[in-house]
Amino acid sequence: MNAEARHTDTGSEAAKPANSQPTLLEARGLTKAFGDFLACDHIDFSIRRGEIHALLGENGAGKSTFVKMLYGALQPTSGEIRWKGEPVSIDNPATARRLGIGMVFQHFSLFDVLTVAENIALALAGKVGPGALAERIRTVSRDYGLPLDPMSIVADLSVGERQRVEIVRCLLQEPDLIIMDEPTSVLTPHEAEDLFRTLARLTGEGVAILYISHRLEEVKRLCHAATILRHGKVVGSCDPAGETPASLARMMVGADVREVRHREQARLDMPVRLELKHLSLPPAGPFSVPLVEIDLAVRGGEVVAIAGVAGNGQGELFDALSGERPLHDRGALVIDGHEAGRMSVGARRRLGAAFVPEERLGHAAVPGLKLSENVVLTRHGEHHVVRGGFLKGGARAIADRVVESFDVRKSHRDPEARSLSGGNLQKFVVGREIDRQPGVLVVSQPTWGVDAGASADIRQALVDLARAGSAVLVISQDLDEIFEVADRIAVVSRGRLSAPVPAATTSRDDIGLLMGGIGHGGEGASDAA
Amino acid sequence: MGVLEAILLTVITAATPLVLAAIGELVVERSGVLNLGVEGMMIVGAVTGFAAANATGSPLVGVAAAALGGMVLSALFAFLILFLVANQYATGLALTLLGLGLSGMIGEAYVGTPGVRLGRIDIPVLSDIPFLGPVLFSQDILVYLSFALVAGVSWFLFRSRAGLVLRAVGDNHASAHALGFSVRRVRFAAVLFGGACAGLGGGYLSLVYTPQWIEGMTAGRGWIALALVVFASWLPGRLAVGAYLFGAVMILQFHAQAAGIGIPSQFLTMLPYLATVVVLVAISRDRTRIRLNTPATLGQPFVPDR
Repeated sequence: MNAEARHTDTGSEAAKPANSQPTLLEARGLTKAFGDFLACDHIDFSIRRGEIHALLGENGAGKSTFVKMLYGALQPTSGEIRWKGEPVSIDNPATARRLGIGMVFQHFSLFDVLTVAENIALALAGKVGPGALAERIRTVSRDYGLPLDPMSIVADLSVGERQRVEIVRCLLQEPDLIIMDEPTSVLTPHEAEDLFRTLARLTGEGVAILYISHRLEEVKRLCHAATILRHGKVVGSCDPAGETPASLARMMVGADVREVRHREQARLDMPVRLELKHLSLPPAGPFSVPLVEIDLAVRGGEVVAIAGVAGNGQGELFDALSGERPLHDRGALVIDGHEAGRMSVGARRRLGAAFVPEERLGHAAVPGLKLSENVVLTRHGEHHVVRGGFLKGGARAIADRVVESFDVRKSHRDPEARSLSGGNLQKFVVGREIDRQPGVLVVSQPTWGVDAGASADIRQALVDLARAGSAVLVISQDLDEIFEVADRIAVVSRGRLSAPVPAATTSRDDIGLLMGGIGHGGEGASDAA
Repeated sequence: MGVLEAILLTVITAATPLVLAAIGELVVERSGVLNLGVEGMMIVGAVTGFAAANATGSPLVGVAAAALGGMVLSALFAFLILFLVANQYATGLALTLLGLGLSGMIGEAYVGTPGVRLGRIDIPVLSDIPFLGPVLFSQDILVYLSFALVAGVSWFLFRSRAGLVLRAVGDNHASAHALGFSVRRVRFAAVLFGGACAGLGGGYLSLVYTPQWIEGMTAGRGWIALALVVFASWLPGRLAVGAYLFGAVMILQFHAQAAGIGIPSQFLTMLPYLATVVVLVAISRDRTRIRLNTPATLGQPFVPDR
């Protein structure tokens, strides 16, 4: 196996590891119970040296629980883990690291206020002097094509750079197995290619990689083997190269996943219902992005999507549109012909706008309140919900209707919001707004962390709402989603918005370049110029 | 001895209990725990220190007992908030009330009893330096300890690995746990250290400042120490500066009264808090600096999942 040759082989599949490679890690009957609920139910699994092994499954299928047990963050209820043939007990992450198991987390486990070097020092058991450590970081980051400055503060880094810190930290521990949880979900396509090259090089050195991803195209291209989980059980394993994304999805969901139907093309003669005119907003804090002169017009009947890498101003843009941060200039935001820039959230809602923020629990819904009470929170302006300061029965009826039409699965009628799974709660908070038939809908990350079946339902509902005459603005980091729902696509980068382009005449690569492009300082910049 | 020397000496005397209590609380807060019980731990330190010195005749035993007294109370706090996951704010306030009551009960027998004063130690050579000598190098052991603690905590937080772990726990306890650090162990140790420091601060009052036992003799210094930590934006050097500034304000209060200046004493008592508010507003304008030093998990409970 020639690591160098593969290194230059841009983005193609890594060569198959020989089947003669020894098994590195094996799980036998691994089970984790939380009370009566079996998050993992007798999972058998094995991974060889030099192999990229995909772990597939919907949300709640038990992937995270499983890898947490391998990494020592959770203790199995029963079953055993064999490492290099020997049974081991991994009682905490430090033990896992000592054995040679490293993990790159989905939600980064970095410390914002510390430097890159300090963050890495924390994960290394031995005593390394700061000077020697900085040198080692430079060496590893150069060797694996992961440029990093050891002295920069993590809070100042982009999401892609933060992931590099995680990976370099992992590599410095010289692991034999690296667990990666959704590593590309926060990367531009360009950054993802860099990551794939690094992975290919690592497998060439005999490192095994356990790869969790929702992106099936990527899994098909990259991985040598796949294990599929559903409801905590292994339901199959396959060679992803011989499958299609659709067949992989079918194995995960256990049924066919519907594709979004665009019944008709968006019409271009409809009136503009949501308009942003030179919308600018200063940064809210040291780590947030200013919005600079954003112009955008969304017509009734169309879905406009805003793509971009996390942390480029999506959160700020959502706050500016929803009214959580009112603007100085009343004319910067026009909703159905009304200048709404200085209006409160409630006033904008009364104009017929609706907003679904990114975080479903804690922002879109209050965890400890029942679904019907959560309905009141965004719909108290309606007479059948609240009249004269008194609650009317209307909220309960709305909650039932949303649950019914969006197939929200729950244990009993009107449960607390926190008792719903992520995907079901997301269906509920999106459905709550769509149920109003708003003239303008702004939704951020509509299917973030939602499984394939529920995602398809939500996306279909967004397209249907637009086709019924509403203006729909979707802020998303998921290019698959954007191309599925959008009529036009704009890209936000460092607080600036590109001119929207029709989705039908645009390629992923073009959008990808814009995402990494405009003055983003990374390697993407030179390509985009 | 010149007038300026005399004033500086009294300022140091007034500031030392603040330095001791606040430097401990700074470490506690850096680990992500907010212990509002400083006042309670101080007063318990004051009474146990006084009682032990009185019983043994040795002020040094009193110093050790003061630290121990504060530590025992803080151990109760740590157990409640770390293992029973009690609310930190409510538990801290309860700790202050408990400490005030407990100290009154223990101290009842000592009211009016003459105390033992902690002696001064002249450091050879250095104490002969004109002006600086008597002010800095002819002090009691607790003052020297307060200097050492400020320097030591500063070194610990920013130069040692253990300090790095402590800051990491305070910044993001979930990540620290994921990396395999015991968040609760780090926090327990920090709270105990804070308790010992607060106890020493109280002990300074009953062994040096006014070597006797008076109920409620901490007189709100625990709260000033808490304000100081925020005032210093969690930096030890700034904390020392702030403590001497607040000490100076307290001294000013006495001198103003003695000189018959017509400022109500209540107004001067307010000054440290007022200064904290002013500084808070001033530094909030520069949010980057505040954010970088504020422990992000301050006051948040942590429950590890297993």
